[in-house]
Amino acid sequence: MVEAPPALEARSLSKQFGAKVAVRELSLTLPRGEVFGFLGPNGAGKTTSMKMLLGLVRPTSGEGRLLGEPLGAARGRARVGYLPEHFAFHEWLEGRELLRFHARLLGMPTRGLDAGVEERLRRVNLADAATRRVREYSKGMKQRLGLAQALLGEPELVFLDEPTSGLDPLGRRLVRDVIRELRQRGTSVFLNSHLLSEVEVTCDRVAFVKGGRVVRDMRLGAEERDLEVEMRLERTTATLVADLARFGHDVRVEGDRVRMGVSGEETLPEITRWLASQGVGLYHLGARRPSLEEIFLEVVADDADAVLG
Amino acid sequence: MTPMRSSAEPTGGIPTQAPGRLRAVTIVAHLTFIEARRRRILAAALLFGAAFVVLFGIGLHFMARDIRANAPPAQQAMFLNLVTLTALYAANFLIVMTSVLVTIDTLAGEIGSGVIETLCTKPVSRAAVGLGKWLGCWLTFVLYALVLCGGVLAVARLVGGSTPPNAGRGILLILLEGTVLLTLALVGGTRLSSLANGVTVFGLYGLAFVGGWMEQIGTMVGNASARYIGITASLLVPSESLWQLAAYQMQPPIARDVQIGPFLTASVPSPAMVGWAIGYVLVALVVASHLFRTRDL
Ligand SMILES: Nc1ncnc2c1ncn2[C@@H]1O[C@H](COP(=O)(O)OP(=O)(O)OP(=O)(O)O)[C@@H](O)[C@H]1O
Ligand SMILES: [Mg+2]
Repeated sequence: MVEAPPALEARSLSKQFGAKVAVRELSLTLPRGEVFGFLGPNGAGKTTSMKMLLGLVRPTSGEGRLLGEPLGAARGRARVGYLPEHFAFHEWLEGRELLRFHARLLGMPTRGLDAGVEERLRRVNLADAATRRVREYSKGMKQRLGLAQALLGEPELVFLDEPTSGLDPLGRRLVRDVIRELRQRGTSVFLNSHLLSEVEVTCDRVAFVKGGRVVRDMRLGAEERDLEVEMRLERTTATLVADLARFGHDVRVEGDRVRMGVSGEETLPEITRWLASQGVGLYHLGARRPSLEEIFLEVVADDADAVLG
Repeated sequence: MTPMRSSAEPTGGIPTQAPGRLRAVTIVAHLTFIEARRRRILAAALLFGAAFVVLFGIGLHFMARDIRANAPPAQQAMFLNLVTLTALYAANFLIVMTSVLVTIDTLAGEIGSGVIETLCTKPVSRAAVGLGKWLGCWLTFVLYALVLCGGVLAVARLVGGSTPPNAGRGILLILLEGTVLLTLALVGGTRLSSLANGVTVFGLYGLAFVGGWMEQIGTMVGNASARYIGITASLLVPSESLWQLAAYQMQPPIARDVQIGPFLTASVPSPAMVGWAIGYVLVALVVASHLFRTRDL
């Protein structure tokens, strides 16, 4: 049997609006079943990237495939779910009617359509509001309805553009659980979000985008991220600092502390042994993994003016 | 319609469930028609359409009494016909307005609000979405036009005791006129905001209107330039000339020589105008599909 194509492939996708480059040479592959977080400051090009992949926006250059189909092809879209950033829907429909309409557009067979709609309504806790007009929904209710819409038809890939932007803590947990369920079913998820604490617990991999360009791409598994080490030493000389660099990177002195990045815990005893052999007293040693937020701020802060461009 | 962007590559036999082209069109058309109902567009149109017919009925009742009492019998029929045509002229104007108003917002509004995003990421072509919207608006418009024209004709028959000649043909021409403008509103809606679209389509209607009159007056006074400018405008926007054709059809032969009022037909548009208008609508639909397919949403 032929191996299924990746959920998503992009090769040098670029989008220019007039003189403004919104996305620059985006290349990425999303394997089946992976939850991918696309992070970056406002205006970085996240939504535009998503829309290009969905065929809503035509790339200026580059190409891509969605579930093995060329971008913009209806056959790929049949197996894709999408919750847009501004979750606007036909407000004069009732919630249930809206989902039924979208299910029909997906080509869901009449038999099983109603059951599928009811299941999604329950999943997002809107069963009680199903007969109310969408116009009367609160912001969070609309967003959850949009999520239900994105889950119709057992998609193999789901795009969520800031799915929790209008949600209370309960709603955010719901989105987190839904993403987990999708992953368990082997569905790939492409997530845009500013809520890094959530990305941290839901995503397998993230990419940071800034000024339309991907500037860092990293896996989020705990064992795969660098440790940030902080030490307080008896003395700190320039040679000592230079020598420490062999155990890691970014060694710097801040007040009476020395900080550096190391690749794993096994490096810590090596550092203490080496310090002892040098006769340098070690008063304190701490190691922790920096949060996604710290990494985000670091990545974004590098020449912050590029972001404003 | 133009085919959607090619997806003709084999995918190892993975079954897709996308709805067929025709099914997609009917789903969207149905939704658009529901929208006209839910947003009370249809109700408002039908309510005031009915009010128009009732008012015309009352007016005709008194006028018919007067005409029967005072006009020589030979002229009674012609007067009644003129009154009916006047009502149809007003109805025609309302139908034109409604055909445009029903349609200006259908694509433009959903593009503006972003509602279109979850529609166009479904496995249906944009051509099908556009055509479905056209069909939904067209059905709304036809329903309104039939109520209005049918009401006027029924009143003319019941109160005035007469029916204009070729009434069926005349009404088909009025429907075609509305269809032309409705389709133009769909074309504009693919790229313009709702308001800009409305201003543009009514602007085009105005050009055709002035052009139609230039053609008539130019013919009457024998000014060839005015006539040609008028004909050109009619070809660019074949709406007013369809009304003139309809009015010509629905006049009794003797009234055709009277040449006054809105039914003046010094220069009768060629029947080829009908073919032109139908072709025009089809081409406009293809253009709308292309403009919609090639834009960012
Ligand atoms: N239709 C458009 N016309 C012109 N410029 C656009 C258009 N859409 C997006 N842009 C520009 O492209 C850039 C990227 O926008 P995009 O919406 O993709 O950002 P984003 O990363 O999703 O931001 P946010 O976090 O605020 O949602 C921005 O500078 C924006 O101004
Ligand atoms: Mg965005």
